[in-house]
Amino acid sequence: MNYKLIGKNYQSPDITAKVTGKSRYAEDYRADGMLFAKLLLSPMPHARVRSIDASEALKMPGVHAILTADEVPLVAPPVRGNAAAEEEGPDSKGARGVPIKPEPALTNEPVFYGQPILAVAAEDEVTAADAIERIKVDFEPLPFCVDPLQSLRPGGPNARLEGNVYYSTLAKTLKWTEEDWKEVEAGRLPMREAPDTWKVGDVDAAFKEAAVIIDETVASQATSHQCMEPRSSMAYWQNGKLFMHASAQSTAHVGQSIGNWAKVDRKNVVLLGDYVGGGFGGKNPETHMHTAIPALLAKKTGRPVMLRITREEDNFIGRSRAGMVMRVRMGFRKDGRMIALDMFVVQANGPFARAGDYGTCAVVASANYTPVNMRFRGTAVLTNTPPHGPQRGPGGAQSTVMFEPLLCQAARKLGIDEVEIRKINAPTTGMAFGVPEKDGERSHFTSAFPREALERGAEKFNWAERKKRNGHMRGTKVSGVGVSLANFTAGTIGFDGMIVLTPEGKLNIYSGVGNIGTLSVYDTARVAAEMLDMPWDKCEVIWGDTSKHLPWSSRQGGSQTIHGTSRANYAAAADAKQKLQEIAAKDLGGSPDDYAIGNQRVFRKGNPGSGMSYAQAAQRAIALGGRFDGHEVAQDLNVVTKESAKAIAGTGLMGVAKDNYGRKGNTQSFVASFAEVEVDVETGEYKILDYLCVADCGTVVNPRGLEGQLHGGAIQGIGHTRSQKWVYDQEYGIPLARRFHYNRPPSILDIPEKMDWDAVNLPDSQTPIGAKGIAEAAVGAGAGAVRCALAAAIGDDYVRRTPVGIDMILASVEAKQRVDRGLTFNV
Amino acid sequence: MENAPETPTTPRSVSRRQFIQGVIAAGVTASTATYLYRGSGSVLSKSSLAGSTERLITINVNGQARHVDVMKQETLATTLRYKLGLAGTKLGCDRSECGACTVLIDDVPRYSCSVLTHTVRDGKVITIEGLAAPDGKLHPVQQAVVDHQAFQCAFCMSGFIMATAGYLKTNPNPTRAQLAHGISGNLCRCADYNKILNAMMHAGELMRRT
Repeated sequence: MNYKLIGKNYQSPDITAKVTGKSRYAEDYRADGMLFAKLLLSPMPHARVRSIDASEALKMPGVHAILTADEVPLVAPPVRGNAAAEEEGPDSKGARGVPIKPEPALTNEPVFYGQPILAVAAEDEVTAADAIERIKVDFEPLPFCVDPLQSLRPGGPNARLEGNVYYSTLAKTLKWTEEDWKEVEAGRLPMREAPDTWKVGDVDAAFKEAAVIIDETVASQATSHQCMEPRSSMAYWQNGKLFMHASAQSTAHVGQSIGNWAKVDRKNVVLLGDYVGGGFGGKNPETHMHTAIPALLAKKTGRPVMLRITREEDNFIGRSRAGMVMRVRMGFRKDGRMIALDMFVVQANGPFARAGDYGTCAVVASANYTPVNMRFRGTAVLTNTPPHGPQRGPGGAQSTVMFEPLLCQAARKLGIDEVEIRKINAPTTGMAFGVPEKDGERSHFTSAFPREALERGAEKFNWAERKKRNGHMRGTKVSGVGVSLANFTAGTIGFDGMIVLTPEGKLNIYSGVGNIGTLSVYDTARVAAEMLDMPWDKCEVIWGDTSKHLPWSSRQGGSQTIHGTSRANYAAAADAKQKLQEIAAKDLGGSPDDYAIGNQRVFRKGNPGSGMSYAQAAQRAIALGGRFDGHEVAQDLNVVTKESAKAIAGTGLMGVAKDNYGRKGNTQSFVASFAEVEVDVETGEYKILDYLCVADCGTVVNPRGLEGQLHGGAIQGIGHTRSQKWVYDQEYGIPLARRFHYNRPPSILDIPEKMDWDAVNLPDSQTPIGAKGIAEAAVGAGAGAVRCALAAAIGDDYVRRTPVGIDMILASVEAKQRVDRGLTFNV
Repeated sequence: MENAPETPTTPRSVSRRQFIQGVIAAGVTASTATYLYRGSGSVLSKSSLAGSTERLITINVNGQARHVDVMKQETLATTLRYKLGLAGTKLGCDRSECGACTVLIDDVPRYSCSVLTHTVRDGKVITIEGLAAPDGKLHPVQQAVVDHQAFQCAFCMSGFIMATAGYLKTNPNPTRAQLAHGISGNLCRCADYNKILNAMMHAGELMRRT
């Protein structure tokens, strides 16, 4: 396609505000009479509050109010879809399951160290903090567990009173047998029954035909999101409305959740969040329970309240990626085709709702290798650690970094090239993958071009030549090159788009997706501009503030936006075009089909000088009213869109529509990645010399934005492979790595010396402009390629868990065998 | 006030350790009492905490003499953000780990979360808000960021821009590795480092041209 805007670089409308410091994030707002809140946090990983004595604190001058757990509502989170769940059955002792209470803003039964117990609002923060210190809380310690395997051990502790393992949506108690535990002590997981199971084909039969079988137990760590902006929030009430400055990834989807927690109707919540300092899945709508604290304190005191969250607090109440340990058996035919995949996963779940990572881990493996015989068995074990939630590529990044080195290992055993084995097993458009439905049917790819990505990458990276350097020593340094294939879900459907052509000849594009810096809020707006042939400098994107009347857009998360919202905006533009043609036909005769649009005019086909300008058409739309200016809208729109359309009706010609384009199958994107590392075997230190990735993300909408997603994601993945992890005092259940310094994200010195990218740029035929999301597959790509390159340099057997620290390399190389901490979590 | 003599109540060198000890009372709770701020509009004439009395001082920020009441243990980041309305300086960690709060003090990039306000009475502070020319023309580092559409969420951006502006003054023509080293005290969680380096190398070019 010959686009004017799509596929071109541009400057985002927020960039000047950002470089001059004018962009304001939640904590940058002030309000007259604003109070400050501080939190009292649990000093124990699991306890019950027996009593609270706040009398001394409340007597202090300047202290206005206290908020306790009894005053905050419990809001049931949406049940996380996990098709891996089997029908709920009794556990081994025949016990029935118990629901786990959802995560509250404040609690009297803290289930992790650092969980907020209560909050105090005072004139200033020093006073609030001082008041917190004067509150006496009597805690009764309860059993706890920070390592899921210890909870499964015979006689091991349960993290929750309700049980230790998820069976479907309920918790029960599950302990392994002594026999099972012997397997753990031998360094591998038992391949036993598990609460979550699904299968396709016959794995056991397929293994009998396998020429090579890989059987390994590998681990991937838990780590916090560490968004640069902690999740601070400031709230005040005016005329019954709650005004909330919050750090929220999404916009349109957040009003409801904030309203639920603050006990106010969604319609009376105004979310102001036009700049957000990173999300990575950690600031999804389900995670804003702590906004209830300033909201309810503001209600109680009649004053605005700011809750500033510190870096350490963010480590507790921000989100984190679920850690997991997996035993995997893979059977390959001689020609490299994977014919059997049998995986058994134990996930450290955190204390609340079941995290979907372990299930997604299986789906991503299924999408990467399309084994016709596959079995998944998973166990989500409750732990007394901060809540897990989706972190960029949840389950997918872990899947890539755990599976991909094993695929390299298989390739070496089979004598097949590592790129080749991936091409042999990678899917093509239309192939089936994932969890079978009840009728045995599985979803299939709307488009899949991983083979093209692998081929282009191999050529660009000069793979065949560079591979010869594997294991080559120069002094104390040994080289390794790695390849990896990653994938992740890449788009949703069915959201609404809303745009207005104004009588001034401008195009206003309303967007309910958030602005977390991925640029997708603008990229998708440009789709509407493209379809109406509007120059970008005459377009205004309206985002980030629900009082500006935004439509029901896709969430900013799950790599959805570029797919879901480009479709919605395409639909809105199609609606606007239709209305332009109708207005022209009404005024100038003929039928709407006689008219075309372009150059900001609607004109008779073949005669671009005829007709009327968009500005004139917008004036006519207002005069005509009804559906032309948004006074009447389609019934299938979401109620949020309807309310917004009503509010801005009459401001011009409105294009407003739901994405009804549909699709067959699931949208999945791929990233093929290549890395070269150099490991100093005398120090264990390693450098990443080069990184290249090639994306299959459909049509490229914004090359520079795509580069940012691919490289930024890769570096986050490299952090996962290299340095980031939680560390817990296993005896007391207390986190030791609470700050950047101890759980170190990559710095500018940790990045590959050279970075490059490309995209196959083949459109997905089942979505209007053919774009698929990519931000999440990019993380696994970085983690996987570097992890595989390390194995190529020092050997397949030395490393089986991430992060691969220099101590681990040094100890293993010196001992000529794997030296790590076994299967223990959070060490 | 600009040349007000030192008084014993505002020592020039309160160490960070002393300051932290001063404001954090040990307790049974999991304490994360950083980011502490006492508002200048506080109704509390008598504070319960030792050393929380405020004093009026004058500091030079973005070329202007600003009179401000500060506590002796108050950090420059707090003063800038909460008393002078300069919220472009961000707080990402408040403990010298992330660099989001970097400002220039006498042209040297410093973590304003870890500088006590009263110690900069003789210095010139430049924040992100004061980097562009008075006519609005962007500083070359800002311009380079715009040209490259660098950074993503941009919460770290102010700090990176200030760190780069300061570094390029000491080394106007750095290699890519030197520049990376020069601004390695700043973290970006979107990890857009490669594009940031591209933009900042371009910034060096723009600065050499002007």
